[in-house]
Amino acid sequence: MTIKTYREAIIEAMILEMKRDEKVFVIGEDISGGRGCDDFDGEAAGGPMGLTQGLWDEFGAQRVIDTPISETAIMGAAAGAALSGLRPIAELMFSDFFGVCFDQIYNQAAKFRFMYGDQGATPLVIRTMIGAGIGCGPQHSQSPYSIFANIPGLKVVTPSNPYDAKGLLISSIRDNDPVIFCEHKALLGMDGEVPDESYEVPLGKGKILKEGNDISIVAIGQMVGVVQNCIKNLEKKGISAEIIDPRSLSPFDDEMVYDSVEKTGRLLVLDESNPVCSFGSWITSMVSEEVFSSLKAPTKVLTPPHCPVPAAPNLEAAYLPDVETIISASENLKNYT
Amino acid sequence: MQLSKDKLLDAYTRMKKIRVFEETMRDEFAKGTVPAFIHLYIGQEAIASGICIELNDNDTIASTHRGHGHCLAKNSDLERMTMEIFCRADGLCEGKGGSMHIADLSVGMLGANAIVGANAPIAVGAALRQRVMGENLVSAAFIGDGASNQGAVFEAMNLASVLKLPVLFVFENNGYAEFTGVDYHCGGGDIAGRAEGFGMPSYKLDGSDFFAVQEAAAEAVERARRGDGPSAIECYAKRWYGHFEGDPQHYRTKEELEAIRKDSDPLKIFRQKVEEAGLVESGDLDAIDKDLLSQVTNAVEKAKNSPLPNVEELTTNVYEKGSY
Repeated sequence: MTIKTYREAIIEAMILEMKRDEKVFVIGEDISGGRGCDDFDGEAAGGPMGLTQGLWDEFGAQRVIDTPISETAIMGAAAGAALSGLRPIAELMFSDFFGVCFDQIYNQAAKFRFMYGDQGATPLVIRTMIGAGIGCGPQHSQSPYSIFANIPGLKVVTPSNPYDAKGLLISSIRDNDPVIFCEHKALLGMDGEVPDESYEVPLGKGKILKEGNDISIVAIGQMVGVVQNCIKNLEKKGISAEIIDPRSLSPFDDEMVYDSVEKTGRLLVLDESNPVCSFGSWITSMVSEEVFSSLKAPTKVLTPPHCPVPAAPNLEAAYLPDVETIISASENLKNYT
Repeated sequence: MQLSKDKLLDAYTRMKKIRVFEETMRDEFAKGTVPAFIHLYIGQEAIASGICIELNDNDTIASTHRGHGHCLAKNSDLERMTMEIFCRADGLCEGKGGSMHIADLSVGMLGANAIVGANAPIAVGAALRQRVMGENLVSAAFIGDGASNQGAVFEAMNLASVLKLPVLFVFENNGYAEFTGVDYHCGGGDIAGRAEGFGMPSYKLDGSDFFAVQEAAAEAVERARRGDGPSAIECYAKRWYGHFEGDPQHYRTKEELEAIRKDSDPLKIFRQKVEEAGLVESGDLDAIDKDLLSQVTNAVEKAKNSPLPNVEELTTNVYEKGSY
């Protein structure tokens, strides 16, 4: 077992899959350091966040394809390539840019299998950075995964740690449907144990990070780390929390959440998306429909407020749910009568 | 280059099949048997046929909402295509696509597309097989004059040019973007010229003339297969009917419509050329006419009598079976 960063885990997954299957290729902006030309002999930078570092040197310009800044063309070309038998990994540098290319994602790639009567698969992975926390401001910090999860035909994955990032990306590349792979920018430098060999973390299977009896806390993406920092404080207050990382939102491991809520009777969801029609609100809605009689308290979702992500560090800190808010919400649920 | 007799008969068959099919669809639509909208290809038959006759099954096309002609010219299965337009269970898309979303991947027809201009990047994506896998293939996108104003089309042309991909951008300038005239909607008025701005060779030609289209297609396809990148072909043609069936066409005059049918009939122009040059006997063409009429009539009857999809199929094929 080796310690690797979240970023390294992602790169390793791509390298392993590109070695395994010659149909896998990567396409996006600056992914070989902005030097897509064949005669470049320097070290390729691998994108602004280094998420494709080393790929160009290993596989060359045929399979590591730099593009103009043209998200519609990138997503559309990836969709067309997938429909005609290739297995593209398309990089949407920041998920905020989905606004300029969503047609190719939700009207095209997501619908091919259904509207063409299952004639072909669309094995497409869209790797994209989500999340607030590093001061990128309103147009580079959003977490639009609830919007993606709303679309039939798309699968949505939100790894919270290096081990899952590698295994989920390998599963996503091998999957025969379009997958939106949401990489949290605040987690890129996170360390963790990551085996060198290839392994899959299946889509649609959550993970119980800690068992508990008083309250089920479902945390998405970056929120997983935040809630793990709350565990000791919650225990001091006599609250035994069960922590669930769903790992993928679509498909979603609803059974794991139902089983947990049947045991604890209380549900808190930590979700970085906008509150209106958030993925968290969908989880609480399903729980209310399926295991209502187990509930000892109303379900609760903690999200940022309904506003864009601010740039100022103090405002951004206030934007995200923090340890104090989580502890206070947990206490309210535990003490509810 | 002089085409063989077989190729000439093939060309005529493709064009005439489209004509007969679309006229039959028009009748069926008037009778109320066709679900939803249909957009007829009549008047533009030489374009789809002239391009597709230069393509193989391994080559791909990405089509439009006005896609029946592309589908037929690419040799999609006539019966299953007709069933799809009638939204039947045995249609190419199992009834879930309908007229505006027909695809037949078995012959490289990557789908009609009801989002105007969205097919262009998809055609570029299919062409990536040349770069990634070294495959010998060409990919064509059919783009209306209306679609030529979409950002997706510009992005697709630039990407294809930058990556030197084997793509044909086929602009079908039929004079109208839905209801709006090209003289109003197209800044600069020169669609092929825009493509030249992206660094690709372009052609401007009479899209009612099969031979003009086919010659340009042959050159562009050869260039693409050599690895020399994309081309643009702007074909001027006339749309004989409305944007969709039922469109009252208040935006053009009766005189315009009469003149179109008299002067811009791709079938008439083709027949005249090959018969005058003594390349094909008129009897050969008449026999094709007769055969196609019976093929199309049978396909329509069969489609109308075939079952609709089971309601249990409503939620199938959203994802790969067993993966969700």
